[in-house]
Amino acid sequence: MAKPKIAFFDFAGCEGDQLQIANLEERLLDILDHVEVVSFREVATRHSDDYDVAFVEGSITRPEDEIRLREIRKNAKVLVALGACAAIGGINCLKNFLAENVYREEVYGNSARWFPTYAARPLKSVVHVDAEIPGCPIDPNEFARITKELLLGRDPWIPDFPVCVECKMAGNICRYEMGRMCLGIITRAGCNAACVSEGAHCWGCRGLVPGANLDAARIVMDRAGSDRKATQDLLRFFLGDTGAAL
Amino acid sequence: MAKTAAEKKKPTAKAAAPAKKTAAKSSPSTPISVPEAPPAVPGAKKVHVHYLTRVEGHGNIVVDVEADGTVSTCRWEVPEAPRFFEAMLVGRDYRDVHHIVSRICGICAIGHQLASLQATEDALNIHVSEQTHILRRLALHAENMQSHLLHIAYLVLPDLMGVDSVLALAQTHKDAVLKFIAARRVSNEFSRIICGRTTHPQRMTPGGFMQFPDTEGLVNLRTMLTQSLPNLEFAVDFFAGIMDRFPHFERDTEYVGLVSPAEYAMYWGEIGSTRDERRPVRQYRNMTREYIIPTSTAKWTKNQTDSYMVGALARFNLNAEHLRPMAGAAAQRMGV
Repeated sequence: MAKPKIAFFDFAGCEGDQLQIANLEERLLDILDHVEVVSFREVATRHSDDYDVAFVEGSITRPEDEIRLREIRKNAKVLVALGACAAIGGINCLKNFLAENVYREEVYGNSARWFPTYAARPLKSVVHVDAEIPGCPIDPNEFARITKELLLGRDPWIPDFPVCVECKMAGNICRYEMGRMCLGIITRAGCNAACVSEGAHCWGCRGLVPGANLDAARIVMDRAGSDRKATQDLLRFFLGDTGAAL
Repeated sequence: MAKTAAEKKKPTAKAAAPAKKTAAKSSPSTPISVPEAPPAVPGAKKVHVHYLTRVEGHGNIVVDVEADGTVSTCRWEVPEAPRFFEAMLVGRDYRDVHHIVSRICGICAIGHQLASLQATEDALNIHVSEQTHILRRLALHAENMQSHLLHIAYLVLPDLMGVDSVLALAQTHKDAVLKFIAARRVSNEFSRIICGRTTHPQRMTPGGFMQFPDTEGLVNLRTMLTQSLPNLEFAVDFFAGIMDRFPHFERDTEYVGLVSPAEYAMYWGEIGSTRDERRPVRQYRNMTREYIIPTSTAKWTKNQTDSYMVGALARFNLNAEHLRPMAGAAAQRMGV
C-alpha cells in the first residue's frame, strides 16, 4: 500500500511550528518511514499538488492568501491547522485591535498602499479545517501523536480540560496565589503547563478550553487585583479572535 | 508555467548557486510576480522562482535574459505576509514586549527576545547582573548552534550534494545525517536547560530570569556539549571536504555586525562595519537606514555600497580575531 502523501505550507507566521517538526530530530526519520513528504518548502525542493494531508502554519492576513489556502483545501483530503496562528489566529490578531490605517502607516508610512492586508484570522475563518495541532509553538510530541492518529484514520483527540489540571499535576504554585495572573483557567491543556513550570504564566496559546467559563475567569482576574487593561492585554495576546478578548 | 533555474547560465546575474534545482511552483495568488506569458523574442529566457525553497521565509527570484544574453531584470522579491509587529507593541506592558517580538521568528526567537530585552532595559535604565549576562550569552550560543546546524545541514547541504532535501540524504548518507541530528538535539536541549525551550522561551524577563537552570542541569549541559564535540568536528571535516562545491561568487559587500574589543561579539558591543566607522548601538538607525520598495514587504537597507550583509558571515568578517583556538582551527580547515 502506498504511503500517505503529506505536505506543509505556511502563511503569516514565524515558521516555528515547522521548526518544531524538524526538532523531532531522529523521530522525524521514523515518521518518514510511514509517510511520503511531497512538499515542504522550508527543507525540500520538490513540490506536488497531489497530497492527502496538508499541514498549514500561519494566519490569513490578506485576500491573496485566501486564494492559496482554498487551493490547498481543494487538493487535500485532510487539512490540519499547525500551531496557534493557523488554529486560533494567534499573535497576529493583536493588530486587529488597531485601526487598519493606523497600523499600516505605523510600519510602512506613505508606502502602506503597496501592501495589501486585512484583519488577521485563523484558517477556519476561510476554509473547513479537519484537525488542529495547538500551541505557540506546537509540542513536537503532540504533532507526532496527532499525525499518527490521522494516519490511522482516527479523529485526533486533544485535551478538553484546562491547563490547571496539568499545573496541579506538575506541582506548580498557582500564579494567582503569587499575586499574578494566568490564563490557565480557560486554556486548553496538552502542554503539561510548560510556561508556568518555566516560571512564567499561561498566555492561552493553545486556545480556549471547550466550555471555558469566561465570566468566572473575569471575576477571578478582577479579584487578583490587576487593572482592566492588564486583563484585556493578557486575553488579547493569543485569544484575539475569540470573545474573550473583547 | 515558470521554468526551472537548473540549466540556465546567467552571465552577469547576482544569482544563487547554479547547481540549485529549484522547482518553480505554480502559485496563482502572488500578484507581484511577473506575468507568465512566454517571452516575445525567441532566444530570450525568463526565470521566475515562486517561493524559493530551503530558505527561511518567502522569497521570489525574477530574472529576464534578452536574446543577446543581457540580463535585463534580476530581482529579489519578498511576498511574505506582513504582520505589523511594530504597531502591535504600542501601549503594551514592558514585560510583554519580548514575548510578543519573540514570535517574529521561530528559529531566532532567542535573538529577538535578547535584543528586545536590551532595548527595554536601556529605555528603563535597568541594569542586569553578571549572572544574567552569562545566562543570556549561553542562550544565544544555544540558538546559534541550533540555527547554524539547521542552515548548513538542512538548508544548504542538499544543494552541495545535488539532492532534493536532507530527508533524501537520510537515506544515502544516514551516518552523517544522524550526527548532524544528534548535534541539533544537543543544541535544543541546551536552550531548554538555559531558558526553557528553543522557540519562544519563557524564562527571560526585563531584569533577568523568572527561573534559573539548576546546578544539575548545568553540569549535564557541560557534559553534553563536551560529548558533542566529535560530532561538531565531524561536521567541520565533512564540509571542509566539499568546500569546492560552493559556487565561486564575490561581490563588493559591506558587512555589518556587533564588534567588541574583548570577545567575539554576539550579545552586545558597538555596531561595526567593514566599510564604515563604529557606532554605539543607540545610533542604530544611522546604520539600518531602511527604505521600502513595492516588490518587498520586508524593508531594505543600504549604507556605503550596494550590498549590505548582516548575520554569521558578517560577524565572522568583523570578529574573526576573537575566535577561540578550536573555532579558529575549524575556520582554517574550511579555508576561510
